[in-house]
Amino acid sequence: MTAQALQALPARPALAGACPHCGAPSAAGEFCCTGCSTAYALIRGLGLEQYYQLRSNAAPVAADADADVDWSEFVTPLPDGRSRLSVLVGDMQCAACLWLIEHALRAQPGMTSAQLSSATRRLTMEWTGPAADASRFVQIVTRLGYRCLPVDESTVQADGVAGERELLRAMAVAGFAAANIMLLSVSVWSGHGDGMGVYTRDLFHGISALIAIPAIAYAGRPFFRSAFNALRHGRTNMDVPISIGVTLAVVVSMAEVMRSGPHAYFDAAITLLFFLLVGRFLDLRARGFARRTAQQLLAWTNRPVAVLTAAGVIQRPASRVAAGERILVAAGERIGVDGLVQEGVSSVDASLLTGEILPQSVAPGAMVYAGATNLEAPLTVQATAVGAGTLVGEMTRLLESAEQSRSRFVRLAEQVARWYAPVVHVTALLSFAGWMLLGDADWRSAVLIAAAVLIITCPCALALAVPAVQVVASSRLMRSGILVKSATALERASAIDTVIFDKTGTLTIGQPRLVPPDATGQVLLPVVAAMAARSRHPLCRALVAACPDAVPADHVQEHPGQGLSMAGADGEYRLGNAGFAGVPVSARDGCSELWFARPGQLPYRFRFRDSLRSDAAAVIGQLRDQGRRLVILSGDHADAVAEVATALGIDDWRAGLTPKAKADFILALKDQGRRILMVGDGLNDAAALGFADASLSPATGMDITQNVADAVFQGEKLGAVPEFLGVAEQSQRLCRQNIGFSLVYNMFAVPLAIAGMVTPLIAAVAMSSSSLVVVANAVRLGLSARKARP
Amino acid sequence: MTILLLLIPAALLLGLIGVWAFLWAIGNGQFNDLDAEGARVLFDDADARLRERRQP
Repeated sequence: MTAQALQALPARPALAGACPHCGAPSAAGEFCCTGCSTAYALIRGLGLEQYYQLRSNAAPVAADADADVDWSEFVTPLPDGRSRLSVLVGDMQCAACLWLIEHALRAQPGMTSAQLSSATRRLTMEWTGPAADASRFVQIVTRLGYRCLPVDESTVQADGVAGERELLRAMAVAGFAAANIMLLSVSVWSGHGDGMGVYTRDLFHGISALIAIPAIAYAGRPFFRSAFNALRHGRTNMDVPISIGVTLAVVVSMAEVMRSGPHAYFDAAITLLFFLLVGRFLDLRARGFARRTAQQLLAWTNRPVAVLTAAGVIQRPASRVAAGERILVAAGERIGVDGLVQEGVSSVDASLLTGEILPQSVAPGAMVYAGATNLEAPLTVQATAVGAGTLVGEMTRLLESAEQSRSRFVRLAEQVARWYAPVVHVTALLSFAGWMLLGDADWRSAVLIAAAVLIITCPCALALAVPAVQVVASSRLMRSGILVKSATALERASAIDTVIFDKTGTLTIGQPRLVPPDATGQVLLPVVAAMAARSRHPLCRALVAACPDAVPADHVQEHPGQGLSMAGADGEYRLGNAGFAGVPVSARDGCSELWFARPGQLPYRFRFRDSLRSDAAAVIGQLRDQGRRLVILSGDHADAVAEVATALGIDDWRAGLTPKAKADFILALKDQGRRILMVGDGLNDAAALGFADASLSPATGMDITQNVADAVFQGEKLGAVPEFLGVAEQSQRLCRQNIGFSLVYNMFAVPLAIAGMVTPLIAAVAMSSSSLVVVANAVRLGLSARKARP
Repeated sequence: MTILLLLIPAALLLGLIGVWAFLWAIGNGQFNDLDAEGARVLFDDADARLRERRQP
């Protein structure tokens, strides 16, 4: 996201044939719709034209602003009389969007702060003034073309952020203490040879103790807490030996200091905590994404809808609409409930629900589903199912069960940790008992040795081994435009043998393109494109894209769900579906079509086809060469799917699948022991993405789908799929190497510790060097990417 | 060696100042959104100009 923002594009004047705001094909210098022209005027009016130079992605198509929602309900009053509102902002593309929204809001009188987080997409506004101003501010954002969703304020203070902060604080304290104690310890170690005075040494040890004890008490809390919880439930985890080791080291060292002994382990204890905290922080940071996305899902389903009541139109969250109530859906708006159309003729784009690329015409009596977008004319819909009962709700439930199945995944590090902790405990105990019974040590030196064993075996390198690799792998993928969201994604994606693709929007671009017409069509094209320029229907947009110089014709009438008509020189011109153009039967060849009819001439048929991503064939070939099984699962018609499958040489494909059928197919394959990567973009893929071992979604996909997917890739190229798999496999190899190294290190270090030969100096060197080796090994992953680059 | 009595407290004090500053930064939300701040610094800030435009 940010990497792209850096490559700020040079000033880009409105291209001929592109909307100056969203870049969609339109007549030269004209706006594609009123929404975009409003947004453009607003941006210019605020003096924020710079946005058009900063942005790296086209702006979202500015939808006509939603009808007034009562946002003041969501406002929190602040103690100093100001008001605060948090909303989720949808459709953000890059850092320029963030800049635009913040600056547009800060320019408003009364606004004291407007902060938008690119990671959480949460916008927090604070202003002096009444709560009623909220709607005005939100409307500015909506008019810029971004969707705003209400946030449940109670979820804002989720433990994620708090936990991250606590770890950072603990890390700071531990780092400070570790550096200072190490300073003192190095003096003591060099003093052993050079005859440092006993009193100086004791002073240094004393100061170390003064720093270490409060620092460990503070920085060790996350570990102590987790260890205590585990023990209380009769379990043991990695934190138990850590806590015991650190505590024992401090207690033993204190005893040593009291009797003015030569060795103290304060430095080892605090350095250990510091390294462990670093690993833990990296890990939590990676997991943070997953937690945040769950909140977004919640907000999406709670979108306000316009309810028609006896008292007029009322905005209400979709979850509070009762079945049987009537909903008003404006053109360009997303439908919030499942229901029957009562009034209005329009077409709805359900591509994200069904995978079908063409809008469906709807008329009174037709069924529409929550999540589809109403394209042409206002509709009145009678709700038949709301909230959890809708198709979206059903998918959400499917998703939840998918998430549960995924949470059962046991990470490699956890598998190791499970048997590591008991082994360490037993070893320490045995060496204590051994020295007491067999050796002639007093109990004090036996405890000292046991503490040394615990310290040297502390899973320092082990705790860093996996997070370090993960962070390097994520940043490497980020550079290739792949955003990894789930912490376990790379591990799950490391042994994939089956790759399943959705068709529309995944293998294909997801937009219809005009099939080059014959000579007759070429002649007609300018006239037809001029008509089409007046419509937002995807097929009309494709016509305009094929003939960008067309000047929009005047007096074009739109007949929702049917087509366009215009008074031409020789009578009425009609552009639309077969029936509208007076053609009795339409041919079926897997292509979408628009008919153009003129008085006295044969109707002409324009054909459209969704084109494949430019590198789809190469990527499919590469994946096949790697010996992976490839499958296409699509909700689209069989002929459309067959065509794509043939073009790519994939013989295993299913068409016309429901979201549930997709998920079932994946579950069945999983039962056969297959490891599956699912690539999809639609809402109908969401559950399948959740059930697959790992999942990828293009950044053009729907919010929910992107939330479910383990990783999101940007750009037109499908090459992200092999890249993701390659990095996942490589990082898993490095993780194994790192864990293996940690174990080998222990095999050498533990006997030394048991033999009582580990002085604080050796402990410090061994621990730091093993941690460094592990981190250095992880960095290799990033380096190899740089070398591979031309 | 008596200089240590000065140097050690001095070192600790400097370190403590650093930790305090870091803890303050965390509490102040400076680390909340690492991605955006990196990009935000590159934008020429239009705020000053906007304020001028609003006031006359």
